[in-house]
Amino acid sequence: MRKLANRFYMGLVFLFLYIPIFVLIANSFNASKSRTVWTGFTFDWYRKLFHNETILKSLLNTLIIALIASVLATLLGTLAAIGIYNMKKFTRNLVINITYLPIINPEIVTGVSLMLLFVALKIELGYVTLILAHVTFCVPYVILNVLPKLRQMDNNLYEAALDLGCTPPMAFRKVVIPEIMPGIMTGFLMSITYSIDDFVISYFTHGATSQTLPITIFSMTRRKVSPEVNALSALLFVAILVIMIIMNVSEMRKLPSDQRRRAAKAEKKGGRA
Amino acid sequence: MTKLRSRLAAGPYMAWMIIFMIVPLLLIAVFAFTTTAPFDRDGNRLEEEEAALIMEEELAEWEENEVPLEERESAVVEKTVFTVQNILEVNKYMPTMLNSIWMALVATVICLVIAYPLAFMISRMHFVSQKMMLMLVMLPMWMNFLLRTYAWMTLLERNGLINRFFGLFGMGPFEMINTQGAVILGMIYNYLPFMILPLYSVMTKIDNTTIEAAQDLGASRLSVMLRVVVPLSVPGITSGITAVFIPSVSTGIISRMLGGGTNMLIGDLIDLQFLGNAYNPNLGSAISLVLMVFILLCMSITNAFDEDKEGGMLL
Amino acid sequence: MMKRIFALALMLITLFAWCIPVSAEDELPDYAADYDWDRLAGQNVVLNVYNWGEYISVDEGEEDAFDTIAEFEALTGIKVNYTNFASNEELYAKLKNGGTAYDIIIPSEYMVARMINEGMLETINMDNIPNMKHMDPGFVGLDHDPDNRYSVAYMWGTVGIIYNTTLVDPEDDVESWDILWNEKYANDILMFSNSRDAFGIALKKLGYSYNTTDERELQEAAAALKEQKLLVQAYVMDEIFDKMGGGEAALAPYYAGDAVTMTAENPDLAYAVPREGTNLFVDSMCIPKGAKNKEAAEIFINFMCEPKVGVYNCYYIGYSTPSATVKEYLDAEVVENPIAYPDQEVLDKAEVYLALPDATTKLIDNLWTEVLGMAGSSPWMVPAMMVGCIAASVGINLWRARKKRLNGE
Repeated sequence: MRKLANRFYMGLVFLFLYIPIFVLIANSFNASKSRTVWTGFTFDWYRKLFHNETILKSLLNTLIIALIASVLATLLGTLAAIGIYNMKKFTRNLVINITYLPIINPEIVTGVSLMLLFVALKIELGYVTLILAHVTFCVPYVILNVLPKLRQMDNNLYEAALDLGCTPPMAFRKVVIPEIMPGIMTGFLMSITYSIDDFVISYFTHGATSQTLPITIFSMTRRKVSPEVNALSALLFVAILVIMIIMNVSEMRKLPSDQRRRAAKAEKKGGRA
Repeated sequence: MTKLRSRLAAGPYMAWMIIFMIVPLLLIAVFAFTTTAPFDRDGNRLEEEEAALIMEEELAEWEENEVPLEERESAVVEKTVFTVQNILEVNKYMPTMLNSIWMALVATVICLVIAYPLAFMISRMHFVSQKMMLMLVMLPMWMNFLLRTYAWMTLLERNGLINRFFGLFGMGPFEMINTQGAVILGMIYNYLPFMILPLYSVMTKIDNTTIEAAQDLGASRLSVMLRVVVPLSVPGITSGITAVFIPSVSTGIISRMLGGGTNMLIGDLIDLQFLGNAYNPNLGSAISLVLMVFILLCMSITNAFDEDKEGGMLL
Repeated sequence: MMKRIFALALMLITLFAWCIPVSAEDELPDYAADYDWDRLAGQNVVLNVYNWGEYISVDEGEEDAFDTIAEFEALTGIKVNYTNFASNEELYAKLKNGGTAYDIIIPSEYMVARMINEGMLETINMDNIPNMKHMDPGFVGLDHDPDNRYSVAYMWGTVGIIYNTTLVDPEDDVESWDILWNEKYANDILMFSNSRDAFGIALKKLGYSYNTTDERELQEAAAALKEQKLLVQAYVMDEIFDKMGGGEAALAPYYAGDAVTMTAENPDLAYAVPREGTNLFVDSMCIPKGAKNKEAAEIFINFMCEPKVGVYNCYYIGYSTPSATVKEYLDAEVVENPIAYPDQEVLDKAEVYLALPDATTKLIDNLWTEVLGMAGSSPWMVPAMMVGCIAASVGINLWRARKKRLNGE
């Protein structure tokens, strides 16, 4: 009975989370332009989507900017994390505090402040400013993911590598990098995600030639909304679903079998509680 | 030696941090405390009316002599001066701010109420199901939030799907879109995962044996919850609250799409001054500054409850 | 059911008549042969065009569609970057903020005047725009740009009330701005989200001029707008297409040209011009200061003045053309439509927005922020709130420190 109630509750919450997405997907097959009347099934919007240059171009912009910004942010952030790790306590805390700023600051304030900066520096708003802005809000995520890995790392490993004849750069490459790699990867993935999804900061820092997908979607929602947007969101949803399933399956595979067994055992214990 | 050298690795980031994180915020402060005022060519401050009068006379003279625009040189020049007027002006928009804070608070509390049981249930599930459930929670977040909010418009409209559904039973139509409730719903919908995830990550660390021990010692289900689970999940609660409250209080788009611009929030107010229909970057900066300070203060309050946070959290 | 099919058929017929000028197609003159269209081809010239939403003919997959931008690119070899703004004020803010170089903008007359005054526009070399000859003389040398040095008219129109005949009581007088203050339609009214048009309506309702600089009159208008806010469902611009088309609201003031499109798409919608008088606007193509390709911009302006382009744009967006030649080629049905080309009586009563003095613009901006935000309260709340927060923060931290010390003992 209790289990049933739990299931029901979870079902309700997930229904809440997924209803709008199902509406979008259903509408992408709706022959009518109206969002609320169903007049028949069609693939037209998908066909039109691939001929809509504005959408495709902004999608490309989004991907290029996300890729460049996250690579830059990862490089900058990883180096920074190593530097910060070796700092004295006071400076370290100060720098980490400032690093938190873009995360806790409201997006709109970050966006507006960067716009003021770019205008003051007379940098033309466009690709460059978008990339600079995206790196700025992505770096903290890289740093905050790499730092804990550095803390977990056994310092003796690095010393041992030096003792065994490694040059410091070599030791760094062979010992430190592999140790903190998971942190770097998480930081990189988070950066890509945030960069692709960002609207508010891009809104204030984009120029005439550099509309990203969220900005295009925004300007569409302000006019007659074209059902092609629904088709696009359906495609994105499926793509993300596939990526997530692949990631999850591969992660499950990677778990050593005994760990899986242990987890299952712990689970059984929990079931009784 | 190596320590010193590796400390230098942070160099590029430090430069970046100063240019792109600190200087922009200083710029906001500068804009918030300045305004443009008319001066004459000798550098004397003029009264607004005085300047307007001079400019009017100039214009008449130019028109009369048909001076081309390029050669018109006004005796009045605009200069940037220090002022606290913008900050005082922010007071006028206090109801909007309080409204934002109130709505964000309501959304945060509802998120907590919805997310808490859900996170606990997920954390007690089978290991593989846990992974799957987490994926289900995160999946909507990956969709662009404008699209998701837009989908809610379709649902909430007067001729929208929900009203059509109720219409089948002869009920409604209900006024849902362009109300405060719709904006709060948008906030809850968009930021609910931000509440579920930190709660889950704390709860999953609570060992089942701890709960069993409490039960063996005769605690009821409720007191297990209140005296064991809740105290252990405080860090998750505080980070969940901040993760929902901050974006909710500063959002502008949700209120524009679901509130129809009749329920203005701080975010809309700022946007209005920079890229909207009432251009005044000085006032916009002042509002941004107030919002920023308010949020930093809120952060310091929630952090105070979070005892074992790793060093270096703000304030 | 029959009724719906009938309505649909009717809609299709109107749409058909509207969008596809079958007969006109062959008669339309081709692009001027004596103009060197492709002189900038192959030089990788990119033109940044910043226009209103829904303000140019695009290819939506319908038969016989005309894609203005694609045609221009093919003809001239110049690449176009096309983006939208939603109101004059937004355009102004975007340009004033700086950082973006646009080559073509299409503001309304009062904004053109303001931009000329603030030195934000380039002068246009009219030698590059021989198509000015097509222009109706009534649209050359207008008040906002007497020598026509900065702007070339693109479209004109009036403002009126679009209403849903199934939702508005036929007894009620739609030919008055007062209906937008009628409590019967609480939550059924959409309103302009830009300050000038919103204030304009309130001023006209009160019987004042659109161009008043009197602070008391503007304060009164702001009060009226605040009062109206309780009845307004949403403050919108082009969202009106979606909301009025879907029957989400009963009344909305908007531009005549868009009313042409909307009434054609949804037979329930109708349009009325209030008798208190309305606004007559002319949107003009301008080149902002800092444009990178002035000559390419001029070629673009000339292209937009081509009769063929003008005709297609008129069919697509529904606005009224300032070009005498274009008007000749339009179907009689379009030219006789009183929405787009109103009677002299309406035009006589219509008033044009003038550029306002800086102080008045500032006042309107502030008042508009006050109307939209819920302004008005004691001046000490912000400081008080801040002090309260600081006190709470310090208090909690002290309490925590004390607790820690006690625990330590």
